[in-house]
Amino acid sequence: MTIDRTGTALIRLQGVSKHYGATAALSEVDFACHAGEVHAVLGENGAGKSTLMKLMAGVIRPSAGEILVDGAPVTLSSPAAALALGIVCMFQELSLVPDLSVRENLLLGAPGTGYGFRNPTDLAAARTTLDAIGGEAIRFATRVADLPLAEQQQVEITKALIRRPRLLILDEATSALNASVVDKVFALIRRQRDEGVAVLFISHRFHEIEALADTLSVFRNGRHIETMRNGEHDYPHLIQLMIGQPLSNLFPVAAPVRPDAPVVLDIERLGWSDRLHAVSLSVRAGQVVGLGGLDGQGQARVMHALFGLLRHTEGTVRLGGEPIAPDSPKAATAEAVGLAWVPEDRKSDGLVLAQSIAENLHLASLGHGSRPDEAVFTRLMERLELTYRELSQPVADLSGGNQQKVSLIKWLALSPRCLLLSDPTRGIDVKTKAQIYRLLADLAASGLAIVLLSTDFEELIHLCDPVHVFYDGRIVDSLSGERLDASNIVAASLNLHATADGPDPVTRHA
Amino acid sequence: MAAFLRSSRFDALFPFLMTAAMIVASAAFYPDILSANYLLQQLQIASFLGVIALGATLVILLGHIDLSVPWTLGGAAIVCTALAGTGHPILSAIAIPAALLFGALVGVINGFGVAVFRIPSMVWTLAVNSILLGVAVLNTGGFNPRGEASSLMSALATGSLLGVPAGFLLWMGLLAVLLWLLRRGGFGAYLSAVGCNEKATYLSGVNTSRVVFGAFMLAGMCSALGGVLLAGYANQAYQSMGDPYLLPTIAAVVIGGTSILGGRGTLIGTVGGVLFITLLSSILSVMQIGEAWRNIVFGTIIISMLLVQTLKSKGTPA
Amino acid sequence: MLELFRANRRECSAAVVLALLLGAYLYTHPRGASTYVLTIWANQCLILALAAMAQFFVVLVRGIDLSVGAIMALTNTFASYVLGGTALGIAAGSVAVIALGTLCGLVNGLIVVYGRIQPIIVTLATGSIFVGIALLLRPTPGGSINYDFADAMTLDVAGIPTAVLIGVALVVVFWLPLRRTGLGRAMYAIGSSEQAAFQSGIAVNRVRLCAFALGGTFAGLAGSYFSHVTTTGDAGIAPNFTLNSIAAVVLGGVALRGGVGTLIGALIGACILKTISSLMFFSGLPPLAQPFIEGMVLAGAIAIGSLGLLRVSDRLLVFSR
Repeated sequence: MTIDRTGTALIRLQGVSKHYGATAALSEVDFACHAGEVHAVLGENGAGKSTLMKLMAGVIRPSAGEILVDGAPVTLSSPAAALALGIVCMFQELSLVPDLSVRENLLLGAPGTGYGFRNPTDLAAARTTLDAIGGEAIRFATRVADLPLAEQQQVEITKALIRRPRLLILDEATSALNASVVDKVFALIRRQRDEGVAVLFISHRFHEIEALADTLSVFRNGRHIETMRNGEHDYPHLIQLMIGQPLSNLFPVAAPVRPDAPVVLDIERLGWSDRLHAVSLSVRAGQVVGLGGLDGQGQARVMHALFGLLRHTEGTVRLGGEPIAPDSPKAATAEAVGLAWVPEDRKSDGLVLAQSIAENLHLASLGHGSRPDEAVFTRLMERLELTYRELSQPVADLSGGNQQKVSLIKWLALSPRCLLLSDPTRGIDVKTKAQIYRLLADLAASGLAIVLLSTDFEELIHLCDPVHVFYDGRIVDSLSGERLDASNIVAASLNLHATADGPDPVTRHA
Repeated sequence: MAAFLRSSRFDALFPFLMTAAMIVASAAFYPDILSANYLLQQLQIASFLGVIALGATLVILLGHIDLSVPWTLGGAAIVCTALAGTGHPILSAIAIPAALLFGALVGVINGFGVAVFRIPSMVWTLAVNSILLGVAVLNTGGFNPRGEASSLMSALATGSLLGVPAGFLLWMGLLAVLLWLLRRGGFGAYLSAVGCNEKATYLSGVNTSRVVFGAFMLAGMCSALGGVLLAGYANQAYQSMGDPYLLPTIAAVVIGGTSILGGRGTLIGTVGGVLFITLLSSILSVMQIGEAWRNIVFGTIIISMLLVQTLKSKGTPA
Repeated sequence: MLELFRANRRECSAAVVLALLLGAYLYTHPRGASTYVLTIWANQCLILALAAMAQFFVVLVRGIDLSVGAIMALTNTFASYVLGGTALGIAAGSVAVIALGTLCGLVNGLIVVYGRIQPIIVTLATGSIFVGIALLLRPTPGGSINYDFADAMTLDVAGIPTAVLIGVALVVVFWLPLRRTGLGRAMYAIGSSEQAAFQSGIAVNRVRLCAFALGGTFAGLAGSYFSHVTTTGDAGIAPNFTLNSIAAVVLGGVALRGGVGTLIGALIGACILKTISSLMFFSGLPPLAQPFIEGMVLAGAIAIGSLGLLRVSDRLLVFSR
């Protein structure tokens, strides 16, 4: 079906920029989306996709430029203003209120509901929609906080659809949904498109984009790079557009691990509650071991267990040959043990955003036995090429990449024996990613043992050996050498046997 | 210039400036206000509130609040006057340390509820205050506690050294001690970090429970010290002596530039806030303004100060 | 039915506790379970319950109101002037008293929302102002209100204390419907996740203003009812009620972080608090020990709610949002 992209766009951005302090999330973007098309937006983490969606949904306002709806300039001063124009957004962080029921969430802010009793929103239609996307088991009276993430996403999709959007924006709307539910959601989206709704779609799953989108737009580093019809370019070309260089340039060549290198971390039959069962793995000095699998299969819990965050664990953990049983991060990071963990959510767990760079850098070392002096920090800041204005500026002002560097320096200054990383490059620009990859390779070469939990297959494949894939709290496969490739990771993640017919194309993430 | 106005150093300086402005403005109508006599007397009176407010600052930096100030103060006053009132030389000597120990103990109980049981500090310290009230009633039979201040206590509260009130010297001494403590082992850094984000601080290898316990213990001891001074001033402990000190303490800390949400603030700023509140109350009574109008002016000025703070920081609420 | 109990666990357990306490109180009271005893009990409870309900609305939107007692003092003293004279005068006066309370709440809300200052400090300061105005109205306790009117509000109707009827009426006629309106949902939403509420198109500022105004209304009702019970105006009643209203809402299952709890819970919590002190009075425990035991019971009740956290095996769970 050829979309008529010559007429007036339903929504158009002209010269739109958004700055946060010194960071430009979007720079001079010209972008348009038309009625009756499914328009996918592609880009690396940190490319500006979510910022783009938030601008159109009225959550934030542009620093410069103009937004036009149906050809007329508008000021989207709040989500309510956007909703009034028929722009409905399904946000990545969800707009569901945890303490209210499904029914109340569906009614929240629905068109026609004011402050009174009027509920013109037809909940029967909501029920039909929810059932149509596989949510038959979700009862309206259930508290949203009691629903698993997948069901919350289904409710969020339903909430968006019953608002009868003209422009439907989906920001990672299907990240937790299984394949059959995703198919049903897509069927619904196609019906919306056929009725003239414009659909904007962000997803990391290429096969979804291939299946659904009519038009693709690529963003990189806050700029709009190119818009094309689906099928015009192939996957490697798209990747190159997204990261600005061929994929192979991104990763350093990994040095092979000496087989006689000492075992630094040895986990034997680690178990916890009903979430981890008999997990065993070991990490030698200079080795980068990967942990993979779908979200919530236990790999994150292994990190928590190592870092002293879980009580009543079973099994034995040895560091440098000595058994350890830390009961807090303080114990896990003590000089005698030497663990360090960079958590996946750097904004709420890894850094104290409101405080300065200097305060964040020193937080872990203030009471630490190793007492690193200023020179250690200065050397590390130079080595990681930390870009900042002054050390007293709040860490929140830095770009995501520089924030992550602060987090890394904080721990590297303590000379840990084993470094644990959870999705360290999530939400970081490509250039910094490459820097971090080189850093990890150098650290490994100098003898540090590294455990890398990642949801990015390319990271696992190029940086790690072996990769342990988790399913339901157990390691179901340990891939290394020749066997370490995308299709085997996918197969193990879904707990299937690898197919004989070669790899499934273009799945970078689960 | 704009950056300086937004900095935390100016936040701490601001209440001092406002106090000076207030003194100068009132002196136009009541020239006696500029006399050394009056001002020194204010320093002495301010030291009661000042000592308590320093401890309260530590707790508020954490993002918590200590509502057990009234009866920690009262209980400590009862303890030290009871011991001093026995006349026994040894008991009199330990009167003040015993009161401080009492304050520390209350702090431990507060810390326990907040750090271990994770009860919101507002509710828990309120309950602890009720318990302390009950203990006091049980102990004193509802009457004014019998006992008297030791000579040391009176000297601290009413005496002076080289013309400077002893209470003020004690207050400044406490400030110095606390500033030193904050530098040691990163305690001060930990306080702000926990106040900003406890989870991230915990994950950076900090024993956040110990930080919470420490802050509440110090606050309890400061409240106790305030009770000792007040008892020394009045030469006895009396019913509900601590009640009038709770809300001015919080007001002084916030006016001093410390955010009630925690993470941001200075002890020096609190000193400024205490001076401001003390001078304000005092000038209002010099003007012979009745209790009713004093309350109104008090509340209005606090709100005005807070609005100015908001305007100044443009985006970071008080 | 079971679903209803499970969804309102906190309120149901609080109600059970209240029933037990009330039973114990009636058992130990020398005049037993009579209308007289129940009426006095209900009157005392209603005053605190109204204060707790005022606190509830502010806490619901993630605030705290330290001026509840002060608004009570102000409306109480004001009532001692206007609740006299003709029936029409009394009716107009009653409306005026409640309007005054609402105005105070609105002032709080305006400063919080548009001054962008934390509620705890704003209400601390406005409380001082309200008490000051109350003192202007009644420097010493005095004044009076129409005795017939006061009696009508504080006695009983066919054996059931009027206070109980008022409480039930507030819940059934005001609260249950409000809970089902867009406004009620919006208030919970703001307390539970302001970001989600904003993204759903809720006018956060306006709803928050409304919550503070409602808080003022109920504080006004509390002050008004206080004047019916005591028939005088007194500016000194503030501190007691403010802090007790906070304890009451917590006992009733309302979370101080917002978004959780019900008006019914606040009401039950207040009744529990009042019943405990009444129980102490008649329990035969030494009078000097009573405040102590009351404090211990309060602390114990609060701590019990948190016991679950001690056994949690994922240490990260203690860091609530």
